[in-house]
Amino acid sequence: MGLNKEQIAARIAKELKNGYYVNLGIGIPTLVANYIPEGVNVILQSENGLLGMGPFPFEGEEDPDLINAGKQTITTLPGSVFFDSAMSFGMIRAGKVDLTVLGAMEVAENGDIANWKIPNKMVKGMGGAMDLVAAAKNIIVAMQHTNPKGESKLLPRCTLPLTGVGCVKKIVTDLGVFDVTADGFACIEYAPGVTIDEIKAKTAGKLTIAPDVKEMTV
Amino acid sequence: MNKVVAGADVAIQDIPSGATIMLGGFGLCGIPENCIAAMVKKGINNLTCISNNAGVDDFGIGLLLQNKQVKKMISSYVGENAEFERQLLSGELEVELIPQGTLATRCMASGYGMPAVYLLAGVGTEVAEGKEVREFNGKKYLLEHAFDSDFAIVKAWKGDTLGNLIFKDTARNFNPMMAMAGKITIAEVEELVQPGELDPNYIHVPGIYVHRIFQGSNYEKRIEQRTVRKR
Repeated sequence: MGLNKEQIAARIAKELKNGYYVNLGIGIPTLVANYIPEGVNVILQSENGLLGMGPFPFEGEEDPDLINAGKQTITTLPGSVFFDSAMSFGMIRAGKVDLTVLGAMEVAENGDIANWKIPNKMVKGMGGAMDLVAAAKNIIVAMQHTNPKGESKLLPRCTLPLTGVGCVKKIVTDLGVFDVTADGFACIEYAPGVTIDEIKAKTAGKLTIAPDVKEMTV
Repeated sequence: MNKVVAGADVAIQDIPSGATIMLGGFGLCGIPENCIAAMVKKGINNLTCISNNAGVDDFGIGLLLQNKQVKKMISSYVGENAEFERQLLSGELEVELIPQGTLATRCMASGYGMPAVYLLAGVGTEVAEGKEVREFNGKKYLLEHAFDSDFAIVKAWKGDTLGNLIFKDTARNFNPMMAMAGKITIAEVEELVQPGELDPNYIHVPGIYVHRIFQGSNYEKRIEQRTVRKR
């Protein structure tokens, strides 16, 4: 069975710590904002130039001048601040953002990530992903464990053009939670209804099972 | 000193075919709508456009693409434009995709008079191909050059006749550092005021960087992804 997208996002939200500045990518990562635990205050950074991103506006209150990096209409919060794109990536590059959550097409056992290009097929561009993965102190990938063809997205080496090298620290998939270690992927949690055998069968890269592996609380 | 021109047609009248032009905006947010329309009308072509995105099929830079006026796009993300993808895959259009922060910083370097900077993004990827790599404090960086752009066209919220600019919300994005990077910078603003009407403490781009300014009209400000919540 495994987790749905909302559950993946909810699991990642548990990694947020009080006081974190967090950048959430497009797709599942965006959903993380809906599951920030009670009592944990984080400030969301949107790389198009906003710290303190608020929720979507009420209908009729959308402002075309106020969007997030996914081009969605959003709102500000008390204490929000706007800045230009150079400063936005300046703070990212300087390591001021504590956590980046983003999606991926492939992750390699050494922490390499590919998520921006499929040669001769998809040409959309990397946006801010290369800057974020090169600089963030902590990077969590949110993705399905396998691609639509059923092939593992956790690989010995990425086959697609890289977005960043050796940067991913943790992966949350529909099947479980994996740390990226010097010894490859380490499964630290499995999703309810998912077996270790299934995880082994669907992980192409080097996989170890943590001695204290446990079922995820959903 | 008066930098005011009558409108978009006059502001862009000397941009020749083959020019390199920076265009501010992120998605469709904060784009110079009036000048894009004027360039479409004028029909100049073989343009090299430096802009974070390429608009959508029927708005923003998409209008220039539809009209086959663009030879090359330099952008970080072009995913919202099907005509762009078609022209690219068919070889009609050249494209250089570069990381968003690198794009922003190469503009900034230009406006700050720095010929090049060392940046982290793209080390170990195909973005690094052909670039000088240098190590600082045990980390590898790529040498990235400042952009050299004939024109920069930006959109601001308010401006005065001396070219001082203020932007609104996330419509600021790439506009300030592009304004600072053009050899000739054209600013279209929603509200043009007299010197003294803008608080000097809150000006984002000093007028020294701006050569031409006009009050735009009929802003559509199209929303790309309308997302709302229930009351």
